[in-house]
Amino acid sequence: MKEKGGSFLPRNQKVSTFAVDFLLTKYLFMLNQYETVFIATPVLSESQMKEAVSKFKKVITNNKGEIVYEEDWGLKKLAYPIQKKSTGFYHLIEFKAEPDTIALLETEFRRDERILRFLTMKMEKYAVVYAEKKRARKAADQKKEAV
Amino acid sequence: MAQDNSEIRYLTPPTVEVKKKKYCRFLKNRIKYIDYKDPEFLKKFLNEQGKILPRRLTGTSLKFQRKVSVAIKRARHLALLPYVTDMLK
Repeated sequence: MKEKGGSFLPRNQKVSTFAVDFLLTKYLFMLNQYETVFIATPVLSESQMKEAVSKFKKVITNNKGEIVYEEDWGLKKLAYPIQKKSTGFYHLIEFKAEPDTIALLETEFRRDERILRFLTMKMEKYAVVYAEKKRARKAADQKKEAV
Repeated sequence: MAQDNSEIRYLTPPTVEVKKKKYCRFLKNRIKYIDYKDPEFLKKFLNEQGKILPRRLTGTSLKFQRKVSVAIKRARHLALLPYVTDMLK
């Protein structure tokens, strides 16, 4: 078996190059999918909120991440007061990123005084399927309304 | 003994309730993922005080009860559901 280009294993080792390449590509190019929801203070104006959102999106995209989906839930009532505030702006971002990015993103959340709460989750495979279905349903609903 | 029992006469005929078999709604409907962002759905698993209902009342299987409880706790963290309350429903 001849060495395949790009692999850095010793030549005399009898390993299936196909399997090795498969694993390598998996490790190097497969990014985890995450979703993060955060609550910003209700005192922000719309432009300030947009600025805050773009700041966190930049943290993701600057670290080789990629934004899959985002959703603005708008001003919502909180189930219990947080920092003496009873409402907050909710925002959801789904993204693909390397695991190290999450720590950076979360420190940014902690440092930012405008953020009341945040939750970042790694999406398991069923979560990804669920989110895609939900989006498809939403798109279909919007189409119906437009017609 | 068994015969004695059978001879007991009741003034009002005892009502034998046909117990409905409980089932796990996630297994039945093939739901694989429980969304923590949907508080209206998660409220089905809470009592009026916002406590998580036990499996013996809801009939949820152990596997999904664990997932439900995690989802509820996530929703509480995001203030979508209350930690403590009265008259949730």
